[in-house]
Amino acid sequence: MPVKAVKPYSFPAKDTVDKFPAPLLYIGWDEHLMFCAPHCIPVPPTLPFKALISDILPGIYGYHPDFSQIDWSRVTWLKSGKPFHPDMEKSVAENGLKHKDVIRFCTPGLRGIKGSCS
Amino acid sequence: MDTQVKKLGLKERYAAMTRGLGWETTYQPMEKVYPYATYEGIKIHDWDKWVDPFRMTMDAYWKYQGEKEKKLYAVIDAFQQNNGFLGITDARYVNAVKLFIQGVSPLEYYAHRGFAQVGRHFVGEGLRVACQMQSLDEIRHYQTQTHAISTYNKYFNGMHHSLHWFDRVWYLSVPKSFFEDALTAGPFEYLTSISFSFEYVLTNLLFVPFMSGAAYNGDLATVTFGFSAQSDESRHMTLGIEAIKFMLEQDPDNVPIVQRWIDKWFWRGYRVLTLVGMMMDYMLPKRVMSWREAWEIYGEQNGRALFRDLARYGIREPKGWLDAIDGKDHISHQAWNTFYNYNAAAPFHTWVPTDEELDWLSAKYPNSFDQYYRPRLEFYREQHRAGNRFYNKTLPMLCTVCQIPMLFTEPGDPTTICYRETDYQGDKYHFCSDHCKEIFENEPEKYVQSWLPVHQIYQGNCFKPGVDPTQPGFDPLMAVFDYYDLDFGRDNLDFEGSEDQKHFAAWRGQALQNTV
Repeated sequence: MPVKAVKPYSFPAKDTVDKFPAPLLYIGWDEHLMFCAPHCIPVPPTLPFKALISDILPGIYGYHPDFSQIDWSRVTWLKSGKPFHPDMEKSVAENGLKHKDVIRFCTPGLRGIKGSCS
Repeated sequence: MDTQVKKLGLKERYAAMTRGLGWETTYQPMEKVYPYATYEGIKIHDWDKWVDPFRMTMDAYWKYQGEKEKKLYAVIDAFQQNNGFLGITDARYVNAVKLFIQGVSPLEYYAHRGFAQVGRHFVGEGLRVACQMQSLDEIRHYQTQTHAISTYNKYFNGMHHSLHWFDRVWYLSVPKSFFEDALTAGPFEYLTSISFSFEYVLTNLLFVPFMSGAAYNGDLATVTFGFSAQSDESRHMTLGIEAIKFMLEQDPDNVPIVQRWIDKWFWRGYRVLTLVGMMMDYMLPKRVMSWREAWEIYGEQNGRALFRDLARYGIREPKGWLDAIDGKDHISHQAWNTFYNYNAAAPFHTWVPTDEELDWLSAKYPNSFDQYYRPRLEFYREQHRAGNRFYNKTLPMLCTVCQIPMLFTEPGDPTTICYRETDYQGDKYHFCSDHCKEIFENEPEKYVQSWLPVHQIYQGNCFKPGVDPTQPGFDPLMAVFDYYDLDFGRDNLDFEGSEDQKHFAAWRGQALQNTV
């Protein structure tokens, strides 16, 4: 349903990819809601996916006592809520991630502070 | 002048001071003089059917408000001269006042502008006059709140740039975008959003908690402006319900339009009230009632009665109603956690509640607190004591519509964040709920323009002019705080160890003990 207006109503979108230094990626860690919300980070499309895990995630999630326990071979991923199987050797863009895509990772066996999903 | 004036009765005076002031234009056609009167699709056949039950006229308004304000300022003066701020329960309470002056008072000013605007654009004189008075009420409220709270600004941090913050700080984009959404709608939607959904359905959940919180915590200044505003609020609530009934009675075609607005604005208002829930459960050293209890009384019970009453017009409960009820066990805790995470970027303090307060929360939230929220608060406390206070340093993902970080969980599952998204013109847009998503999908052209603070920071629009982000050692977050005019280490961070805490302890000590 279009917006009702007295004149033609068309304004540019504020958050198109050209306005950012790099495309945005949203990322959330399931069942670890101590981090109150998923995060938003600009990620160069050429960054290898494995570098996301080794170089970027520790800075975001390293505070959590579960983080160092993660067995990355058992981690499952979701993209837009659907199963996602990233190729660690390929870049973020080659894994099909575009501006403002949202991914989540689930760490089996780890359920946050005292199992509270925090 | 030697004239014999017959004194008019209330009804006659109201007629003379409203209907008697209008006319049909002849130099210009009416539709050019009132260009926004019809485009929303609302059909009005007889503007004279608008009845103001208070029959307030401008002459009575000035007299009445003048008297009220005289009393209010006498109390504020007394509070200031007697260092009334020393009588509050605890300096933590002042953070509720900060939240109010930062996030609520600017809405009063927006409401003033909004009612001035729609008062100009409605055709019927009765409604125009009612909007004019509400517009004046709102600017008075903004002023009296500013004056009442100014005494705290002299002694505590976190209030010195409240308007500047309102236009910039991430969390204040929540109330700001809420109101700007209403201000940029047509006059009838504005009335539905502010007069009905906010003032009539939800205002008790805003004012009662803040004012009774103030009363319980010894804040006489805030209580007094609350009382002063209360008689205005009842007029505003009446305008809200009358406006809805007027639209619904004028034409059956209005019903679906009004219903969609009610769906939208109930949800938008409910999301803003998350901040109030957090204030009630965490920021008041002496608690009034829990958010859950307040929601049950002022939200659920009142709302049910209201929507039963409106059913005869074909109006049903807002779409988000059940999800709102589901949230009552969770949203205050989830919101406090968000501010605890990002307290470096918010100009008030957070803290972990005391053991006694944690027990109170456990008792008030038997279905959720011990299971989901207490463990992390205790973990935070341990870490803080060990010198490792948690601050989340990476910016959060926001909902495109309500602009709140994506902190809300799936209805029925408090362990999973609620993610919703939609594609529009080649881009993805994300939402915290089905209802924010539906609001977007009804008017995507509007919300693609959302000024989302996190995205604005990444676009480089939240640094002071002349700042060079390519300089070696550039710290983007500190540059953002500088742009905010947030005094790092004084306005923000944990209450424990704050200047507010130290000052209040020292001043109260001086007031209660002899000095040698």
